[in-house]
Amino acid sequence: MSHANTPDRQRRAIHGWLLLSPALIMLSAFALYPSVATLWTSLWSRGTRRRPSEFVGLDGYRQLLDDPTFWKVVSNNLIYAGITIPASMVIALTMALWANSKMPARSFLRTAYFTPTVLPMIAAGNLWLFFYTPSFGILNKIGALFGAEAVNWLGQPDTALWAICMVTIWKEAGFFMIFYLAALQTIPPDLREAAEIEGASRWTYTRRIVLPLLMPTTLFILVNAMINSVKLIDHLFILTKGGPSDSSKLILYYIWENAFAYFDRPAAAAMTVLVLIALGALAAFQFLVLDRRTHYR
Amino acid sequence: MSQAFLNLENVTRQWEGQGGVAGISLSLNEGAFLSILGPSGCGKSTLLRLIAGLEQPQDGRIHMRGRDVTDLPASKRDLSMVFQSYALFPHLSVAENILFGLKVRRVSRPDRERRLHEAVALTGLSGLETRKPSELSGGQRQRVALARAVVADRPLCLMDEPLSNLDAKLRNSVRRDIRALQRRLGLTVVYVTHDQGEAMSLSDRVVLMRKGRIEQFGTPAELYARPASTFAAEFIGEPPMALIRGDALGTSSDLTVGARPEHIELAPANKADLTARVLDAEFLGSETLLSLEHPGAKGLALILPGDTPYAPGDTVGLCIPAQHRLLFDTQSGKIEKEPQQNPATRIRQNTAPRDGQTAPTATEPTFDLQRTDP
Repeated sequence: MSHANTPDRQRRAIHGWLLLSPALIMLSAFALYPSVATLWTSLWSRGTRRRPSEFVGLDGYRQLLDDPTFWKVVSNNLIYAGITIPASMVIALTMALWANSKMPARSFLRTAYFTPTVLPMIAAGNLWLFFYTPSFGILNKIGALFGAEAVNWLGQPDTALWAICMVTIWKEAGFFMIFYLAALQTIPPDLREAAEIEGASRWTYTRRIVLPLLMPTTLFILVNAMINSVKLIDHLFILTKGGPSDSSKLILYYIWENAFAYFDRPAAAAMTVLVLIALGALAAFQFLVLDRRTHYR
Repeated sequence: MSQAFLNLENVTRQWEGQGGVAGISLSLNEGAFLSILGPSGCGKSTLLRLIAGLEQPQDGRIHMRGRDVTDLPASKRDLSMVFQSYALFPHLSVAENILFGLKVRRVSRPDRERRLHEAVALTGLSGLETRKPSELSGGQRQRVALARAVVADRPLCLMDEPLSNLDAKLRNSVRRDIRALQRRLGLTVVYVTHDQGEAMSLSDRVVLMRKGRIEQFGTPAELYARPASTFAAEFIGEPPMALIRGDALGTSSDLTVGARPEHIELAPANKADLTARVLDAEFLGSETLLSLEHPGAKGLALILPGDTPYAPGDTVGLCIPAQHRLLFDTQSGKIEKEPQQNPATRIRQNTAPRDGQTAPTATEPTFDLQRTDP
């Protein structure tokens, strides 16, 4: 019985593997192998010509935790995330609520909001470099009209990180707005009318009806914003290169520096592993805890 | 009864090009059930939204209980509304949906609980309070929408085609529920529908609308017995009123004669006013509906008890008693004369078949009905 079925089962197995193979190959080559290789690399010492690299276990991680720059970079990134995520989401929602209302030149407004998203981050960085330039940058020019003194926004440790945050918010808010706008348009208008007849103010309607219905979108945007707060560093290359004195340096930039400027690949690998663990934990929290409290239609 | 509960004066709201309503005036007493009836695009939903305050009229005034509410927002008009889509909040449970308005208006908690309990019991939703709308059937959702209107405890309730998303069987039972609820709570209801059967069976008064204007306003019986125009005659009744060209019955072709199918009688050929050909025979159980064809008539039908021997293609002689004939102006479509009031103008029996003459054909240009049959 089983003997008779063998060729058929084989064919089905081959068929199955063939269907699996594109995703399997791509994921293995670009996700699975790099992750494992990173983990493996992080367990070895940095090899030099005199001292070839050797297996050191978790020593690399210990060194990293003793590195004050690492902690500076981590705290920078936490501030960066803590500011850009809520700010860009709130601005995105506000713009979406506004752009969704009945008003003239609505499509122009939407396009205007979306423009920063279309721009490459490098271009945006150059644009903002011009805004931030001391003395003859636009910000200082405007400030001068009101008698303010020229500020070197990018050149001093107190303001550099904030200036970087500003660019990110400007870049991301329009992108997130599109998602909010799409979600708002799926809310049937008679819900607003029903709430209106019940005597709900616009604010009550927004808080009790619109915001809960936007929760799935908010969760999606939150995940994206968190990923971007780690991932989006292109403008650092243009604006500050992490300086002055590491005041605007973010984790990914520091990883890049370690790997390709200092050629300390194990340190870069160790940091990457830590970032992966942190992001994995966040994703798990979002989908296990927040998801349960979100209403999906 | 001294003062109308709801009064509309010359209300107009139109959009560029098309749609909307113009010059609507009507009044309604407290506790009445008013249906706004009409084909799609006639402005009935616009009229309801004007009453609700979801649209603002360009002209005219709206009074409720003697108070001018034209400029008041929907929330200040003291009314509730049931939407065609039900407009339930998908993320809230049944109880939260029903209580939404009371919470917004800061009604005390014990009061809220009591009213929720009443509304749920009244609409037969007990046991479903914690469900989400997505977990309910269409009929249950509809009842949540009703409960939300009931719990608001407002004297005027507006309903925008509340039954159109239900299947036929459910529609009949919910229709009865709505009527019972309205009577029990003494609600004044304004009900929009395109289904004349719904309007006729539910309402105390019916507004028939056409192209943004009131075609006729009256009780269901009035609309049925004395339609104001050929439009009303054809819109109301199932099957609708038959319209027969005047000269086919021996009067002027300026007149169109209307007759309800139940008033048309079979007659032997030598006494018949008309002879018509049977197009179709529909057996309905207790009776049979014969659809008939005659070159000078539109919508000619006959209701006979039980089963009938007639088959498509047969010829039948018809008699239309004079007291059941309504006369319409062929040009304007308006009703001309009511038979009881004008006995002197009783129509002569059409003797054409007896004289061996054929009935006039429909190719005469003065005839306004859009009949194309040969």
